[in-house]
Amino acid sequence: MYAKLIGAQGRGQASYRVSFWLDLAGTTVVVGADLISVLVIFSRVPVLAGFTLKETIVLFGLALMSFSVADLLVGNIERIRTYVRLGTLDTVMIRPLGVLAQLLCLDVGFRRVGRILYSGTVLGIALWVAGVQWTPSKVVLLVVAPLAGAAFFCGFFVATSTVAFWWIESGEIANSLTYGGRDFTSYPITVYSGWFRKIFAFGLGFAFVAYYPGLVLLGKADPLGGPPWLGWLSPLVSAAVVALAAFIWRFGVRHYRSTGS
Amino acid sequence: MKVIETRELRKEFIVRTRKGRFRRAKKVVAAVDGVSLAIERGEMVGYLGPNGAGKSTTLKMLTGVLTPTSGGVQVCGFMPVPQRLKLARRIGVVFGQRSTLWWDLPLRDSFELLRHVYRVPPAEHAARLQKCRDLLELDAFIETPVRQLSLGQRMRGELTSALLHGPEILFLDEPTIGLDVVSKQAVREFLAELGGRGDTTIVLTTHDLADIERLCRRIVVIDHGRVVHDGSIDALHARYGSRRRVIADLDEPLAAAIDLPGTRLESTTGLRMTFSIDGSTSVGPLVSLLASSGKLRDLTIAEPEIEDVIARLYQSEGGRERSRAA
Repeated sequence: MYAKLIGAQGRGQASYRVSFWLDLAGTTVVVGADLISVLVIFSRVPVLAGFTLKETIVLFGLALMSFSVADLLVGNIERIRTYVRLGTLDTVMIRPLGVLAQLLCLDVGFRRVGRILYSGTVLGIALWVAGVQWTPSKVVLLVVAPLAGAAFFCGFFVATSTVAFWWIESGEIANSLTYGGRDFTSYPITVYSGWFRKIFAFGLGFAFVAYYPGLVLLGKADPLGGPPWLGWLSPLVSAAVVALAAFIWRFGVRHYRSTGS
Repeated sequence: MKVIETRELRKEFIVRTRKGRFRRAKKVVAAVDGVSLAIERGEMVGYLGPNGAGKSTTLKMLTGVLTPTSGGVQVCGFMPVPQRLKLARRIGVVFGQRSTLWWDLPLRDSFELLRHVYRVPPAEHAARLQKCRDLLELDAFIETPVRQLSLGQRMRGELTSALLHGPEILFLDEPTIGLDVVSKQAVREFLAELGGRGDTTIVLTTHDLADIERLCRRIVVIDHGRVVHDGSIDALHARYGSRRRVIADLDEPLAAAIDLPGTRLESTTGLRMTFSIDGSTSVGPLVSLLASSGKLRDLTIAEPEIEDVIARLYQSEGGRERSRAA
């Protein structure tokens, strides 16, 4: 059923061909710029908070991969403000299907597929250059970590976008949290310090997207002294985030105020 | 059998207004303030009220979009919000001001998608679609992407899309808003036909009183969130003292003033005299008096216009602020 909706959406988008390719090119350039900023930092310093360039790129790749998958799946939820304002949400709620699922089907970002390919490439090269000592458990983790990370970001996207239900002019608050979160996870958490690290890394759980799984893959001890099994905790953290997001979403839908007429 | 039942339905919104440079005053405004309705299967009900009276808010609570603040509501035996998915299969909704169709797809594809969304058996779907295609003359534009349709064409598409799953209740929120005369006519005729069959309950909100007069035997007038009238159009006229008008064109002014019970001279413009007659008074005495004067050239009797009644209703009921500070 949802496949049919997505297909319809795809056909709709296909009627704007040039726009599709421009979007694809645009997202590639934007994400490319992020990688360059990492490279620029390391052109000035050889080691950043205990991490070399190669190691940092592995974390960067993991974070980007997680984010890209989540962005493909639920990224367009950031448009919920528009949906609330235009009343699209009303038209969705009169259909016998889930509200969230329908909204996601409204605008599947096929153009975002490019980002996944790109982040996969970055991660692959980074792991190869970093000379990871592969073991069966690390291979499993390599599959589990981006999936858990993607689930984490999905939950985060949904939870933050729910703000729009209460606050129609919520502006870019949701985006600053999600994109901020992505940028936070792209670097080793040792870069940050004090309360900022505590809140983002542990309070919100961003350390479990790339940092801890990355340490396990790299076979590196945590400079902060955490035990190595923390890297395997990411699915649990993600499950908690998703559960919380689902709760917040339901609550949001119940308290939806709609707009005039 | 009652298909819609509400008891003291109420929806409050919190409105923040500026008060001074930074302070904001919080106010609770009841958009719907204790609405109790019972609608039987097959009824056609016009839901009427000025802007901001709470029409759309009520409709949204009946369709499961908004959660009521308090009060009870049952539609097709379901609680709209908790049982939204079940209810959605049994109702059809048309929003005059927003589209439920797929913007970039032809109507035909939208209809096909809806068949899957509502899991309608293909034969049933085809039969309903054929009926709509005939009655609403969709064939000319069924292959055109929705974004290229005129408003009138799109509205016919919206109506079809709301009916393809054979809903028990059709909710229409201002279905004729912005339409030209011909499209309005097409939509009204279609709804009249649908309502005439008696198996679909139709609830429509509108500003266009011609919609109501043409379609609905029962009208519910709401103002400031409260029902101020629930009954037939005739009952509305009777209750609010509607007056018929007698307009007489004369050859020369009358010699004596006319003094009849229940009859009032409203205006005299040149040789035209307009009288208004109370609801219970016969026009007979006035007409015969005018005719016997020998100066009557032409005479028109105008039925009371629902516009006037509604306008008076709004004025008498309106103006009372029903919101209260929190």
